[in-house]
Amino acid sequence: MITKKRLAAAAALAAAGALALAGCSGSGGGADKPASAAPTHLEGTVSLWHFFSDREADVIQSVVDDFEKKYPDVKVEVHSGQDDEKITKAIAAGKDVDVAISYSTDIVGTFCSSGAFIDLKPYIDRDKVDLGNLSAMPKSYTEFDGTRCAMPMLADAFGLYYNKDILQKFGYTAPPKTLSELETMALQMTTYNKDGSIKTLGYNPLMGWGENAAAHLGPAAGAQWLDDKGQSAVGADAGWPELMTWQRDFVQKIGYDKLQKFTAGLGQEFSADNPFQTGKVAMNLDGEWRTAFIKDQAPDLDYGTAPFPTADDHTDLYGGGYITGNIAGIGKGSKNPELAWALLKYLTTDTDAVVKAANGLGNVPTTTAALQSPNLSLPDQFQTFLDIMASPHSDTTPPSPVGAGYQKTFNDFWTKFQSGDGSGLTEGLKTVDKQINDQIALTTGP
Amino acid sequence: MTAVTQTPGRTARSARPGAPRSRTARKNGWIALAFTAPTIAGLLVFFVYPFVANIFYSFTRFNLVSPPEWIGLRNYVYLFTQDPLVVQAALNTLWFVVFLVPIRIITALCIAGLLVRAKRASGVWRTIFYLPSLVPPVASVVAFVFLFNPGTGPVNQVLKLFGIDGPLWFNDPSWAKPSLVVLGVWVMGDIMIIFLASLLDVPTEQYEAASLDGANGVQKVRYVTLPALAPVLLFALITGIIAALQYFTEAAVASGVASGQATVGGGTGTSMGYPENSLLTYTMWLYVRGFANYQLGYAAALAVVLFVVAGIFMLLLLRRMNAFTPEGAR
Repeated sequence: MITKKRLAAAAALAAAGALALAGCSGSGGGADKPASAAPTHLEGTVSLWHFFSDREADVIQSVVDDFEKKYPDVKVEVHSGQDDEKITKAIAAGKDVDVAISYSTDIVGTFCSSGAFIDLKPYIDRDKVDLGNLSAMPKSYTEFDGTRCAMPMLADAFGLYYNKDILQKFGYTAPPKTLSELETMALQMTTYNKDGSIKTLGYNPLMGWGENAAAHLGPAAGAQWLDDKGQSAVGADAGWPELMTWQRDFVQKIGYDKLQKFTAGLGQEFSADNPFQTGKVAMNLDGEWRTAFIKDQAPDLDYGTAPFPTADDHTDLYGGGYITGNIAGIGKGSKNPELAWALLKYLTTDTDAVVKAANGLGNVPTTTAALQSPNLSLPDQFQTFLDIMASPHSDTTPPSPVGAGYQKTFNDFWTKFQSGDGSGLTEGLKTVDKQINDQIALTTGP
Repeated sequence: MTAVTQTPGRTARSARPGAPRSRTARKNGWIALAFTAPTIAGLLVFFVYPFVANIFYSFTRFNLVSPPEWIGLRNYVYLFTQDPLVVQAALNTLWFVVFLVPIRIITALCIAGLLVRAKRASGVWRTIFYLPSLVPPVASVVAFVFLFNPGTGPVNQVLKLFGIDGPLWFNDPSWAKPSLVVLGVWVMGDIMIIFLASLLDVPTEQYEAASLDGANGVQKVRYVTLPALAPVLLFALITGIIAALQYFTEAAVASGVASGQATVGGGTGTSMGYPENSLLTYTMWLYVRGFANYQLGYAAALAVVLFVVAGIFMLLLLRRMNAFTPEGAR
């Protein structure tokens, strides 16, 4: 009896402790309201968490060095190689994350709605930061439900890279403009070994390889992800089945197994063995940052860039493409939000800083002033991405409370679909709709 | 050999209920508590608290950053009726329990049986078979994905010499799990060495007696070797099943490396399960939902279900094995 009582007491104690601690987690931090005027003198230590590594981390470091020169009493502690998962855990654990940079817009919905990034409006209003100076799309994808919790820090635009030598060898002088043209040219440029295996590819249509993802292909047919109510639009949108059918048929024409075998032997996307850079793939869907990688790793490559081809019945969309970008915000546990804001403002709105980062990373600047700066020195091929950025036909993935969860659900379905017999597409997309809506409901619903 | 026995008188006296405790007994109690305090503290901090907190979180909507919000059984309803991948993830995990664990045990047992008979260079052979288990899991998976690369890996190159068109291994949904079993067998040295020690411990007299009774080889294994090994087998089986239920690192690394996708900035959650979620284990799915989709409350519900399933597995196993062990047979 005594043992039972003791056990019950111990369990109750443990439960109480757990609940008390559970109640503590997720709270805490929370930056104070800003002072009525911006501080005239900045001093102290501020932390910067970002995902860049190697050469790209050096670029960020040089921008940070400039910030420290401008504010000699400020020390920036840089944490490089920190992806979204690590940053989230750090913020939740109450680590001193003053400024964090994420690689994509996917977390904006989650971070704004959860408060992981603080609302920047009071600081923006106080310092009279002109948001009109930001490019339109980056401005829109850095806020969620009316809350501006992030600022754009350079943008990414996706287009088609093509190897001029290979195209010329097969008698082409211009890149394809429609998906049919892309397929025809790519099949012609694909060469095989004696045993029938692929030697070089015109274009790798395999979903999941490199930058081949639903999000990056969607603008080719104007395909939409979510409707106005934030529910999945995948099943009702005519663009997705059109793109999926084209991609699957393309894969089948070469052979799924052959493509898998060839793809498995290709070099890693961000290494010097990147297959486009080594000439194993003649045309490739990729982001604008590839120009910087080519300059660094394959300077002799003769290549061109163009907007990604559109679906045959959407030629009016030519010129657009998928746009996303790095976003930066202030962690809710920031101990020194004024310093954090100063650093964030410098990284995202200071023209010299934005231009320097854009030149080094080969990314698209996100402020009008930086775009017009004479110091912007990017290769000729980069102009394509500046045009895509300005195109009204460009699109991005909408922020959602489940982050990129809805994209994974759809990508999983598409990846499976490409190796199948092509049946069940309509029913499959309806199921994807339901799965995405269920997932959103679990996060936001009653 | 020394035998330690306890006098019945002492046991009876200390167990007498209601008797007033002497000063010495109380002192001894405090000393015992002092010695066990670090363990008790460890249990409370690293087991009891996370366990109870996890159960609490499983009834909440929790994104790691905002305070948890109580939603009752909503997470469990979603788990059992709506989650699109939980069944596949559970079946993948079950596959590893059913195939990986027995294959590893049987292989380790066979190798140990051979090593017991090795007359020459037994130390060298033991080292050769044990060494792979010392390789860090991530390194061994990366090496295996390279070796089994369908396009450039040496395994398919060798198979090609014999006119065999090798499979896609880690890039094929049907071959990805068997490829990890091959890796699991390669690193079976950890249990092989325990089996070897146990086999060397079986008294030779028992084999001699069995021979005199006319037992053949199979009967000797059935009635002498296996009963002697039963506790070790039980240990290997239980730890193997628990490890398979928690299978994560190898499958996650294999997915990431074989997919060839860069996870720059996106975290590991982006490539988990490749190809076609064939390597998506239950714990990986739990991780994705918790840390890539920020649904910690739901991830906690997944963890609770895993705990219950693991508990049922262990109970069934212990009951079955109880009859098999020498003590249970008595």
